[in-house]
Amino acid sequence: MNHLLSIEELDRAAIERIVDRAERFAEVADREIKKVPTLRGRMVLNLFYESSTRTRSSFELAAKRLSADVVNFSAGGSSVEKGESLKDTVLTLSAHKPDVIVIRTPWVGAAELVSRWCSAAIVNAGDGKHEHPTQALLDVYTLRRRIGSLDGLSVWIVGDVTHSRVARSNIIALRKMGAKVTVAGPPTLIPRQIEALGCEVRYTLDDLHTADVVYALRMQNERMTEAWVPSLREYAAWYQVNGRRLRPRQLLMHPGPVNRGVELSGEVVDSPQSLISAQVEAGVVVRMAVLYELLSGARGETPSPLHPTRSPQPA
Amino acid sequence: MSAPTLVRRQAPPADLLIGDVRVFDPRERIDTRLDVRVRDGKIAELAQPGTLDREGEEASERIDGGRASLLPGLFDPHVHFRTPGQEHKEDLETGTRAAAAGGFCGVIAMPNTDPVIDSAPLLRSLRDAALRDARVPVGFTAAITRGLAGQELSEMASLRQEGAIGFTDDGRPVASAGMLRKALQYQRLCGGVLALHEEDPSLSAGGSMREGPVSAALGLTGIPSVSESTMVARDAELALYEQGRVHFQHLSAKASVEAVAAAKQRGAQVSAEASPHHLLLTEEELHGLDTRLKMNPPLGDEQDRQAIIEGLRSGVIDCVATDHAPHSREEKEVPFEQAPMGTTGLETAFPALYTMLVKPGVLDLGTLVERMTLGAQLFDLPLPRIAVGEPANLALIDLKTGWVPGEHGWESRSANCCFAGRRLQGRVIMTIADGVIAYRQRAFTVVA
Repeated sequence: MNHLLSIEELDRAAIERIVDRAERFAEVADREIKKVPTLRGRMVLNLFYESSTRTRSSFELAAKRLSADVVNFSAGGSSVEKGESLKDTVLTLSAHKPDVIVIRTPWVGAAELVSRWCSAAIVNAGDGKHEHPTQALLDVYTLRRRIGSLDGLSVWIVGDVTHSRVARSNIIALRKMGAKVTVAGPPTLIPRQIEALGCEVRYTLDDLHTADVVYALRMQNERMTEAWVPSLREYAAWYQVNGRRLRPRQLLMHPGPVNRGVELSGEVVDSPQSLISAQVEAGVVVRMAVLYELLSGARGETPSPLHPTRSPQPA
Repeated sequence: MSAPTLVRRQAPPADLLIGDVRVFDPRERIDTRLDVRVRDGKIAELAQPGTLDREGEEASERIDGGRASLLPGLFDPHVHFRTPGQEHKEDLETGTRAAAAGGFCGVIAMPNTDPVIDSAPLLRSLRDAALRDARVPVGFTAAITRGLAGQELSEMASLRQEGAIGFTDDGRPVASAGMLRKALQYQRLCGGVLALHEEDPSLSAGGSMREGPVSAALGLTGIPSVSESTMVARDAELALYEQGRVHFQHLSAKASVEAVAAAKQRGAQVSAEASPHHLLLTEEELHGLDTRLKMNPPLGDEQDRQAIIEGLRSGVIDCVATDHAPHSREEKEVPFEQAPMGTTGLETAFPALYTMLVKPGVLDLGTLVERMTLGAQLFDLPLPRIAVGEPANLALIDLKTGWVPGEHGWESRSANCCFAGRRLQGRVIMTIADGVIAYRQRAFTVVA
């Protein structure tokens, strides 16, 4: 694997390999000293054109736990504000010879574009409404830890699918892992022909009880001003996942940050069915596994990142 | 008001003999090998091969027809030459050079420049510039509304008097039906076709490709096909009501073709064009997010493409237009959503359509040549014809040679061509436009 640009380009075996490795890294997180020297001397550059707290910090933490050096670069307060193009910013930062560039932008395909301009391994940490592959990997990891195999599992993704890169990456990843995916939400927020990705479409939550997993999406306030739905109250009335709609055996997921009282009611967020904090926890170990996959390049073989004496394989 | 003409720079008229060449002009019903004598910029003689190739005749140039075909020069009613204001993308010299290299002997330039061509003095200075710079004759359209803002009519009559070949807000629709109606009424005074870019901004806002399975998968905001087709239907109705003359630009959707067919059936004075990219490519090409494939209107699906081909074949779509839209490298080398819309097309239009429609037998060569010349007639200009006494508007094309567009650069200042890198067949060897040699293929002979 040279880059992680989309979930599309990973097959089931690659997803499983990354998730398996993340499980081994999880042991590191439980140690007193949470660091392994696997990527010592390597450099990870976080290039964020959009605000992000959890994704950026979890990439930073993941890199540090692997002993890599981390440089954070955000578009605000940088030469980007002086009008520097994406290409020139990337070329300039590439002069520092990062091994990995983790990039988030509001533009579809930007990570792929950047991968053509420099020699570093590129990780797409969100490109507009297109993809967010590490989120999908950590969601697969979280589900596997909780219930084992995803084969035959019914997952409902509920909410604003149109504006969600999390939804797109998850539809693809969950399908690859054998799950059956249904998207549900207001007709104004379900893209026409999203079925092409292999999911079913519903406009009500009437059959939500058939789901094994309910994955709620964040409902953003700006969608109201753009008149995608009449009001938050109307949205919540029809699409909020709450105690009335969530059955006891169902699991609940959300990519965060949650709008309590909008897409989720407070009681389901705090319920034992909720995997939301497990998802956050998974973020670091899965991103460690992704960085390891890219830099240690143990293509196919099973490495042992837990033995500090072992030096990393050349990429 | 009499119809304005095209303008080009002064140049000595062609004097040459093309010996033993396949001459192909579907309107003249010619498809045979002939000697063609061009004298003083006019087609002077057409005769049996070998009969004009006399020794001792005055020392004019002689070209061996060989395996080339001589076609009537092509006409493109829709190009963007970016002058004034955006000469970093294209100017009159590079634009007409690209046209000549594509076998075109006449083009019509759009007014969405900076500033917009919406006043007579601006139009005059642009026509003056063309008298200095244009290698092939260029006609200039003027804006329907001031600044393309859709609020007030431009001074259409004065613009017409100054040489506006037609009127268009191309790049933008005339969103208000009331505004278009006024333009149609005013057309009775000044004449001039109204060429319409059809798009409903309330449906297309924020979109960067066609709405469909590919836009859904990529997470790009889609432009639905009805953004175009509802406006075509509306404006055909207005044209019929006001007995006006409108031309629909770059049709991209099946429903739009159907709306034009219906309007023609009802007797509306409407015409339509299709662009090579909408005839040859679909949204499926966009998975790779190549910004050269980002254009407005966007590429449609296979059903749309088939309907546009069928429309071109049947004549519902009258002509081919490239919508040649140059953009600089730095403007296109950005994420897809940020990139400006448009592809260049002049240098690849004929070879692409020949390779991908004529060679597989989808369209015959005669129909293609008719559709690639008919644009002139739609703007009240004479059709290029291969007949004795006519001005020489000729394209000498080698239909058998393959080449890869862009491999050796472009005549255009810009390289954003959606056909770049695809192997095409059909190479223009020489273009004679309005009696003047406008292009000849650069040839190198290696001497051992």
